[in-house]
Amino acid sequence: MLSLTLTGINLKNPIMLAAGIMGTTGGSLKRMAESGAGAVVTKSIGTAPKAGHNNPSMVEVDCGYLNAMGLPNPSYKNFQEEIDIAKDGGVPVIASIFGGCSLDFSEIAGTLRADAFELNVSCPHAHGYGAEIGTDPALVEDITRAVKDAVRAPVWVKLTPNVTDIKSIGLAAQKGGADAVVAINTVRGMAIDIESGYPILGNKFGGLSGRAIKPVAIKCVYDLYETLDIPVIGVGGISDWRDAVEFIMAGAQAVEVGSAVGNNINVFNEISSGMEAFLEEKEWTLEDIHGMAHKV
Amino acid sequence: MKPVNAVITKVVEENPTIRTFYFDTSFEPVPGQFVMVWIRGVDEIPMALSCDNAITVQKVGHATSALFELEKGDSVGIRGPFGNGFDIKKGHIALVAGGLGAAPLAPLAEKARSAGIKVTTLLGAKTKEELLFRERFEAVGEVRVATDDGSEGLHGYVTQLLDDEKKSSQIYCCGPEIMMKKVLDKVPASKAQFSLHRYIKCGIGICGACCVDGLRVCKDGPVFSGDVLKRTEFGVYRRNECGERVRV
Repeated sequence: MLSLTLTGINLKNPIMLAAGIMGTTGGSLKRMAESGAGAVVTKSIGTAPKAGHNNPSMVEVDCGYLNAMGLPNPSYKNFQEEIDIAKDGGVPVIASIFGGCSLDFSEIAGTLRADAFELNVSCPHAHGYGAEIGTDPALVEDITRAVKDAVRAPVWVKLTPNVTDIKSIGLAAQKGGADAVVAINTVRGMAIDIESGYPILGNKFGGLSGRAIKPVAIKCVYDLYETLDIPVIGVGGISDWRDAVEFIMAGAQAVEVGSAVGNNINVFNEISSGMEAFLEEKEWTLEDIHGMAHKV
Repeated sequence: MKPVNAVITKVVEENPTIRTFYFDTSFEPVPGQFVMVWIRGVDEIPMALSCDNAITVQKVGHATSALFELEKGDSVGIRGPFGNGFDIKKGHIALVAGGLGAAPLAPLAEKARSAGIKVTTLLGAKTKEELLFRERFEAVGEVRVATDDGSEGLHGYVTQLLDDEKKSSQIYCCGPEIMMKKVLDKVPASKAQFSLHRYIKCGIGICGACCVDGLRVCKDGPVFSGDVLKRTEFGVYRRNECGERVRV
């Protein structure tokens, strides 16, 4: 009862693993697939091996997690093997990719084989990448079109909330031919060690994820659903089935779960069964609740 | 949790490359748990707790070198303890320690002994001077020694001391991965626990950088049963900081 077709891909449920979580090894992606995720998104992959920022690269704060991993990845040249292992998990594998220009993106997407591509134009803390691109509608449109020209698989564009108007970036992605948008990446943030005055993250600042950003993400999804014709995939602070239902009511066709995996490796199965029981009790379908907040 | 400020109360030079740093804070770990040690302005690294309030560090890279510059009264930021720690079994246990691998095994030996468990330790190092925590192990049970250069005990590897230990109720192992792989190949896998080291980033089971296939060293580990490891890339590959496969 939770199955759906998302940008032409059949999913057994709408709860996917978010990019950057358990996504570096094929084995960890496979484990998440076997733990009930409807699809898994890889760590963001670039053109060359990258070590990322110095530690601390992720710390728990009062209301969520701050991270500045710095896009560590083995490069697309060393990653097909991991995707192939992940595929043994039996669910679609979506390659998250990043680059500094449209050529980087199309080079990676044109070479990797994956069920879909998620373009990371939203990482808030990697100089020359991510949100430095994703805050410019013209660049987003250009990159999206370049990848669409290079691949036949669906292309999703992951958006940053660190803009004045996320709708304009979503529209740019849609204009470039995106099959869906994913909202949101982390919210820019920082924490300081008061014993010493040092910013805690090795990169000094980073992105906030977890519970604190859920209302921010819900509003972004709500606005994008109203504005766009393409599907919206919701992500940001989901840790249980109620959160997932809320995102779908805001307009998300599917959702991604990230930080919550840390304390609950079984989160996908729990969300699916919770959501199923809820829909049964309410005698609603997934389609009934999709965008419900706009219709009541 | 954010890093907790921990002030260094004592630095003990165990040998020319290994020092133990004692803190004003007790972390009350299960033996085998680790902490993330933040040397402010430099880096944050995972270190096993060798006592309730101490880490034992080998100078190998930029972060450990920076740590070696610190003295009594200086402080670091600490997150943890993290991970599962050793599962202490009754009976007569054997510890197999190679080099710095003695660090998480010494508190295990002491805790086991105080619970009435018999402990035999096989302790290996490059030279006699580098046999870490020999006195601590000797205080709680029998110790047999191997050194690479033959300066003490068996001239060879600690894995060559493995014999009767196969009959132990449980074998606990920590050391270089090649050595641990040899132990895994020699003993009944289901009766052995191994403490792994990997490049750890988040330390809290989210990022996946430390995964051995699907297993998170920081959260599911760092201690794993041998029969779990037999089905993984342990002993074959590790991942570097980029996530590339590197032969062990």
